[in-house]
Amino acid sequence: MHLGLVLDMAASGFGDRTAVTVGGDSVTYAGLAERSWAASAQIGDRAVSSVVYLGTNHLAYPVALFGAAGAGVPFVPLNYRLGADQLAAQLEAHPGALVVHEGEPPAGADGDRFVGRQEFYDSLAVTGAAEPEAQDPDATCLLLYTSGTTSAPKAAVLRHRHLVSYLFGTCEFGAAGHDEAALVAVPPYHIAGVANLLSNLYAGRRIVYLDRFDPEGWLRTVREERVTQAMVIPTMLARIVEHLGEETDAGTPSLASLSYGGSRMAPAVLLRALELFGSTGFVNAYGLTETSSTIALLGPDDHRDALSSADPAVRARLGSVGRLLPGIELEVRDEAGRVLPPGEPGLLFLRGDQVSGEYTGTSLLDDDGWFCTRDRGHLDAEGYLFVEGRADDTIIRGGENIAPAEIEDVLLDHEGVVDAVVVGLPDDEWGQRLVGVVVPAEGGHPDPEELRRLVRARLRSSKTPEHIEFWDELPRTDTGKLLRRTVIARLAEAQGTAAPA
Amino acid sequence: MELKAGTQLKSAVSTTEVVVVKPPGGEVALTCGGLPMVGKDEAPEMAGVQPGHEGAALLGKRYVDGPSDIEVLCTKAGDGQLAVDGRPLELKTAKPLPSSD
Repeated sequence: MHLGLVLDMAASGFGDRTAVTVGGDSVTYAGLAERSWAASAQIGDRAVSSVVYLGTNHLAYPVALFGAAGAGVPFVPLNYRLGADQLAAQLEAHPGALVVHEGEPPAGADGDRFVGRQEFYDSLAVTGAAEPEAQDPDATCLLLYTSGTTSAPKAAVLRHRHLVSYLFGTCEFGAAGHDEAALVAVPPYHIAGVANLLSNLYAGRRIVYLDRFDPEGWLRTVREERVTQAMVIPTMLARIVEHLGEETDAGTPSLASLSYGGSRMAPAVLLRALELFGSTGFVNAYGLTETSSTIALLGPDDHRDALSSADPAVRARLGSVGRLLPGIELEVRDEAGRVLPPGEPGLLFLRGDQVSGEYTGTSLLDDDGWFCTRDRGHLDAEGYLFVEGRADDTIIRGGENIAPAEIEDVLLDHEGVVDAVVVGLPDDEWGQRLVGVVVPAEGGHPDPEELRRLVRARLRSSKTPEHIEFWDELPRTDTGKLLRRTVIARLAEAQGTAAPA
Repeated sequence: MELKAGTQLKSAVSTTEVVVVKPPGGEVALTCGGLPMVGKDEAPEMAGVQPGHEGAALLGKRYVDGPSDIEVLCTKAGDGQLAVDGRPLELKTAKPLPSSD
């Protein structure tokens, strides 16, 4: 099916409802459809080959997305925080694009293909634009540049059928009550930003965009707009928890559901958040750009059961990403491709209608439709999925495969630690040696020997970092992903050795 | 009319609209309130719900028929029972997933 159908359905099912609110401005579902189809007509007339969106969340964002969809051209939201050179390179990769941008046009913009987002939005206030003709569900809907934490950024290809499969398979159409509102603070160029927009529109929920995230503004918006659902990335939740300090309650009674995902959540932050948001249901979602977002989730009941259980296996599920969504198949395989039983860690392979596994020019799906995520993890006996991190981050010390996540979790358990990373540096004797970098809690300075003793006692000596450094912060992407290569490069530079290739 | 995934249909007896989520195995007659449903862009002659075909379709609910394997999603609520070849469609009940977005 085609994504245009989703907006059509929403406009016809609940056209009078407010679809999106940004600052003081709102648009209804019917208004969104009218402007989007007017945009489709304009895009068709100008014969552009794609629509690039460059900026923060705004009413023009869903219009540009659906306008491109209706015209049958790819929508390409770019990271507006990229440096000028990187941005120029990505714009160059889309020569025939209409570029809808925030503020001043980017350097080197050649005029008529560039349009300010407010001007673009205002120009579409015409009534009676015809719904676009039915389009090919196999057409490219979205090109999303992955964050490229382990290699140069590349564009993942999501076709209409992938995104529509995600919506039809996992969300309930029109299920939102009239008073429901979702606060979206993730950027528009991230798969979570796209998935948020689409699934909330499909549910008929009002979307409230927060232009730029800060914990105070987020909390104030939840209260003022009576937000019922929100999605955050772990670094945002950590900042909200930090901002609330010694408070006993977050003071957000309307908030029924808080979902998080995108990178690993520090257990201490999650426990503190569960206390502060006592009446809110927590949802941990796991997914990748290449899988049209969420493929597994840990729901509110799972969180409650894990918290209240005396059984260590059930309690451990607080650190899992939950169970697979319907329609998703998973295999855990070893390096030789053998399928492993529950309990044994290996590479995660996924299959399903929402799984694209495709980049511009190449599909990574094997002959049977399986996509190798390059994430490592395992299932427990009840089908709960535990993700241990990227296979490329695995440290090999003396022939032993070590997942840094396990060690980082122990370090993060220490009350004097707010962030931690463990990496492997080249070592003549062991191949790689473990080095930890820790961000101490404000005003504190934990004893490195004490931290090493903690890891040795919980895990074993081969997993104990040889050395622990203290930094003010760890390098992360805008969406909270840890930049391990940058950590390794900095450590190697400080020690006067070359970074590993 | 050929029913494909994504085909949008409307009722000739009420405001009911549906979209085909899963196409039927073969050719079938999809009715609402006893009268054939038509393409979304058509303008059928409207009539009342036929006796014996009372019922209603609810927004966002899915309706299925075992023998033909068809599944439709109600995109606009309205009166009249949905049926395929005279067999009333059954409401598909599934526990909604928590919202992850």
